[in-house]
Amino acid sequence: MSSSQASSPGPLPDAKGHFGPYGGRFVPENLMPALEELAAAYATALEDPSFSAELAGLLEHYAGRPTPLYEAANLSRALGGGRIFLKREDLTHTGAHKINNALGQVLLARRMGKKRIIAETGAGQHGVATATTAALMGLECLVYMGTLDMERQALNVTRMEMLGAKVEPVTSGSCSLKDATTQAIRDWVSNVRDTHYIIGSVVGPHPYPRLVRDFQAVIGREARAQLLEREGRLPNAAVACVGAGSNAIGLFHPLLDDPVDLIGVEAAGYGLDSGEHSASLTAGKPGVLHGAALYLLQDPHGQIIEAYSMAAGLDYPGVGPEHSHLKDIERVTYATVDDKAAVRAFMDLTRLEGIIPALESAHALAHLKELAPQYGKDDIILVCLSGRGDKDVSQVTAYLEKQK
Amino acid sequence: MSKDLREQFANAAEAGRAAFVPYVTGGFPDHATCQELVLALDGLGSEVIEVGIPFSDPLADGPIIQASSHQALMAGATPANVLDSVASIAGKVQAALVVMTYINPVLAMGCQEFARRAADAGVSGVIIPDIPPEEAGEWLAACDQHGLAPVFMAAPGTPPERLQRIMQAGKGFLYYVSMDGVTGSDLELGRERLAAMQKVRAASSLPVAVGFGVATPAQAAALAPVADGVVVGSALVRRVQEADGPAEAVRSMSELAGQLRGALKR
Repeated sequence: MSSSQASSPGPLPDAKGHFGPYGGRFVPENLMPALEELAAAYATALEDPSFSAELAGLLEHYAGRPTPLYEAANLSRALGGGRIFLKREDLTHTGAHKINNALGQVLLARRMGKKRIIAETGAGQHGVATATTAALMGLECLVYMGTLDMERQALNVTRMEMLGAKVEPVTSGSCSLKDATTQAIRDWVSNVRDTHYIIGSVVGPHPYPRLVRDFQAVIGREARAQLLEREGRLPNAAVACVGAGSNAIGLFHPLLDDPVDLIGVEAAGYGLDSGEHSASLTAGKPGVLHGAALYLLQDPHGQIIEAYSMAAGLDYPGVGPEHSHLKDIERVTYATVDDKAAVRAFMDLTRLEGIIPALESAHALAHLKELAPQYGKDDIILVCLSGRGDKDVSQVTAYLEKQK
Repeated sequence: MSKDLREQFANAAEAGRAAFVPYVTGGFPDHATCQELVLALDGLGSEVIEVGIPFSDPLADGPIIQASSHQALMAGATPANVLDSVASIAGKVQAALVVMTYINPVLAMGCQEFARRAADAGVSGVIIPDIPPEEAGEWLAACDQHGLAPVFMAAPGTPPERLQRIMQAGKGFLYYVSMDGVTGSDLELGRERLAAMQKVRAASSLPVAVGFGVATPAQAAALAPVADGVVVGSALVRRVQEADGPAEAVRSMSELAGQLRGALKR
């Protein structure tokens, strides 16, 4: 267990928030003091045992951690190859890994005396997690959500409203996650003194990519310890879906110094050749979006291209700065999976294991078809099942109907 | 071809006025009309004219400039053709021309190439709201090499020591953001806000232009004593958006611009 120290904040990012050439702070000047304030509040919180104790308590008794590590024997048999273990983030309160970050950040917001919380959401899982923690802490909450996403994730809109949050429809651009994020940043620029912006992924200006990574690293820390305890060994490979990248960095970060193959799976949408996908690392170029330097989908003139994936939580045109760096240094391999394969994996897990995964997580599962046979039958493949699929059942049903 | 920005502010001061700094979105509603708007603003005696190079995700802009940027992009505006369009009228313009854009289009062209093309187009300075001085190393070097003024922003929450760093990195003028908000927001000019502006101006080694939310001659008049220049963007762009055809756009925008400039007399 001694090397689990790797999961504590490592050498990256540097003091200015850079992961190699990525990250940093590219925001309007109005936000600079708020980012300094947030970085300082986080630094103080890290020194304060009562902060980590309160967060640990909430993660255990409120969010339901540690989440189980489940060996999917039927799926492993069906695919042939390595033994597949699922890290069950779908079993957390609110049904996805997003709660890990929302709880950490809402505690920081309270420390900073902020009365109002804003967030962006794609699939609605981060919006629901944020609305949940705001209800818990008695804070006002507003969630920006693209109208396209509100349509395909109507259930989560209702959940957020029931929790007392206001859901603000965003109608610009592709009416999805990118535009909701842009609108949330504009709100924050305008209300920066009394508002904390809970970003849902490892993107945005420093210190967000580090903050969100640290709060999500509980995924990899737990899974690593669970495997060591149960199997007496580390996994041979770890796999997670990558939209902007929070569940993947959460799984990977505590394993970076271990001899483990790390594979991130991006959404290929209708296929990489179609131009309608969300594969920012595979098909994008470095640039600046939403306050950080990272890989993103852009045209030759530097205009952001709208991303597409059937999975609302993956269709973001950028990938976090740490992933961008891990790609460049070749520590993590990034693959892609299209809509069709994701839906097939969604159904396979549902029928083989009785677990309905989120469409986002189904991208990681779909890649196993190619990956699992590359490993021996005693090898262990760790997969982050980042969320549950209740929110996706009507979308998948409609998709399958159309295929008939 | 490019003008000395500080001199433009000094000339206005000598004439007993704050400098007038209007903004147009490049390529909006089309390149030809945009050129006419710039020439009309120049004819009205603007000291500095900002031309926006549209970006798909303008974080610091409100709905009016977002919409004009989007429309310009749909009509085919690119950083290169907006700069070409500026270049073709720069020789006729008395005002100093400044470009306002976001960092990603600049990075996509390359800092060096962007600075070279802007300087060749007769542009004097470039405003990029999403690049603070600490991230601007490569950009500053490119500006330096091509004789462009990198214009940085300060905001009401900017602490004094940070303000000093921003002023040291910047050239031409300091763009003071009037409030916490995006362009075109409602601006209230209470005593406290004006006093804060005066304080920044007193501390500044550069001329200070105040912008964001300035929409009426009354607001311009209130700002004239506390600022070296006043920037007006959304209110003018709105006149163009609401106009029926290019001729009406030029007329309607010029009407408001004339009133605003007239209000800057101290």
